[in-house]
Amino acid sequence: MSNAVSTAPRAAVRPASSKPTEQRKTALAWLTLPALFFFLVFAVVPLAGVLILSFTSWDGIGAIGAAGLDNWFSVLADPGLYNALGLTFLIMAVSWLVQTPISLLLGVFTAGSQRYRAALAVLYFLPLLLSSAAVAIAFKALLDPNFGLATGLGLPFLAQDWLGVPQLALGLVIFVIAWQFVPFHTLIYQGGVRQIPKSLYEAAQIDGAGTIKQFFHITLPQLKYTIITSSTLMVVGSLTYFDLIFVLTGGGPGNSTRILALDMYLRGFRANLMGPASVIAVILVIIGLALALFLQRLGGKDKQGSQLEGL
Amino acid sequence: MWYLSGEPNQTTMQKAVDAFNSANSADKITVTYFQNDAYKTKIKTAIGANQAPTIIYGWGGGGLKTYAEANQVEDLTGWFDQNPDLKKKFFPSVFGAATVNGKIYALPNQYIAPIVLFYNKDLFQKAGVQPPQTWDDIMSLVKTFNDMGVAPFSLGGQSRWTSMMWLEYLLDRIGGPEVFNAIFAGKPNAWMDPAVIQTGTKIQELVSADGFIKGFSSITADSQADQALLFSGKAAMMLHGSWTYGSMKKAGQNFVQNGKLGFVPFPTVAGGKGDPKNGVGNPAAYMSISSKASDKEKESAKKFFKDGILTDTVIDAYINSGSVPIVNGIENKLNTSEDKEFLNFVYGMAKNAPNFQQSWDQALSPTAAEALLNNIDQLFLKSITPQQFAENMNATLGK
Repeated sequence: MSNAVSTAPRAAVRPASSKPTEQRKTALAWLTLPALFFFLVFAVVPLAGVLILSFTSWDGIGAIGAAGLDNWFSVLADPGLYNALGLTFLIMAVSWLVQTPISLLLGVFTAGSQRYRAALAVLYFLPLLLSSAAVAIAFKALLDPNFGLATGLGLPFLAQDWLGVPQLALGLVIFVIAWQFVPFHTLIYQGGVRQIPKSLYEAAQIDGAGTIKQFFHITLPQLKYTIITSSTLMVVGSLTYFDLIFVLTGGGPGNSTRILALDMYLRGFRANLMGPASVIAVILVIIGLALALFLQRLGGKDKQGSQLEGL
Repeated sequence: MWYLSGEPNQTTMQKAVDAFNSANSADKITVTYFQNDAYKTKIKTAIGANQAPTIIYGWGGGGLKTYAEANQVEDLTGWFDQNPDLKKKFFPSVFGAATVNGKIYALPNQYIAPIVLFYNKDLFQKAGVQPPQTWDDIMSLVKTFNDMGVAPFSLGGQSRWTSMMWLEYLLDRIGGPEVFNAIFAGKPNAWMDPAVIQTGTKIQELVSADGFIKGFSSITADSQADQALLFSGKAAMMLHGSWTYGSMKKAGQNFVQNGKLGFVPFPTVAGGKGDPKNGVGNPAAYMSISSKASDKEKESAKKFFKDGILTDTVIDAYINSGSVPIVNGIENKLNTSEDKEFLNFVYGMAKNAPNFQQSWDQALSPTAAEALLNNIDQLFLKSITPQQFAENMNATLGK
């Protein structure tokens, strides 16, 4: 398409409608200002600050001194970083594998119209109402090997060294995260399932499809975008799991639950090494952006295609 | 002012502040209480953000040094010179951890808190054994109590500084105070001293022999579950700060009152250089004044330091809760207390110790302290060898 061709019709239309559109555009631009302002102040400025800090040495209290690339070299050469990265991705992947099927099934289940399902849905929803710190403190007390649930209920197998054995602690962290976040994703799936037109199921019934067939051939494909939304939230959200792990294990035992966000905090605020902590913050931002972009692509390719063709 | 939550000190401090406030209506002090582990992070962040409270509570040593070097806390040297009576009130040794580059930056207060080896007398009687005097005694007691089905040692391992107390004593008994002094001074390869590696080896032997209660890494000190294990008879011994005497007295259902709590100095190690009279722990608590506070706030704080903190009422309250305040001339009070046995034990330790080592995590810089706690955790988990421990720590010298 040539420029000459494309501009001609536009120029012709302009006299009639240009004024109001221009005005509208300026008005719209003004409307974005507050959001833009907050985005600048709370996202762009701190981000730039962190980037600058990553090239300095600062203990958080005294004067800030330039450090060049020292922080980057020392952090990138530190096996602690790769341990934290590995753990972050491991928790991300396992969390997704655990939470997605459970929330999907629970979502489908609670989307039904029966009364008892609504009652159960309320129960499933409860963990979401609790703050992460409270959840972590409660689990810590319940899992105390000597005075916890094991003694209270007389169930000796519960008296494990939950927070002392690296594998157990990691498993526990994944379990508690799932316990807390499955309700949220259940809610998303419940909404998604309720959006699926009833006529699809009626048609399937007439064709003789059973419940399982209906699930795999109607529910699941119809939930495609819901799955992508929920997965994006899970994956990107798992980069920021911090409060729960911080209170529950503090990154321990040893470094076995020290994920990237926690590593950043401990370096910055415990060890007073703001420079290296900023390096990790920058790495976190890069990973987060990359993941979000990737997932966007995954869902965005055939966004135009309707899933309800023929209805 | 910010202070630590937890009894009995919280009540004592609140009463002292209330008394001061009612006597000085123009210089009111307000206190907010925080949990120990949370406070340590919060105060650092607040100071860095210039949001510190007027009175900064702390443990002196490396942390105070960071604040002093960043000009965040007031130099109190001149003020102490103007108030010589106040300065003379304290044990002279307590000013060490309050002094940075020859200047005093904090008011010592509260009480001396050495680390003590506590034991449950009932369990020792049942087993027919005596409290340990040497490391070999410890290892044989471990076997005795394990055979009895009782955990030899209680430990709140998740807090990590609890595990550190073991290393502090062991290193002193094996290598003498010189080893840590070299580390503190940042001498090259100070952590690679054979005594450090021997200390780590002994600890791992103790862990392997099930010396500590099963699941010790899941127990936190803040919940005081470690103390509960000792007084409820689930563990026979516990190495802990002398402050736990007060909390066990309060929570232990007459365990302390009935004389069931025993205490001994840390055992010796065969062939070790350290004097068995050496102590480790916190020589005192410290309070500094934020240099960012207004002049009026600073004056109020100084007034409180002088008239409000170690009043006779407060001193009595500390003694009643089983602690030895860091002021001179309290022998009579200690002797008339119902806890005189323990108080005199601590007082003797404070007075007669040839060397009293400040807790490592407080003495070292925050950067080195965080690495230390992290590596101690791994050492107790046996995920690193004593050699690796020494190497990892050696890398933090001078940081």
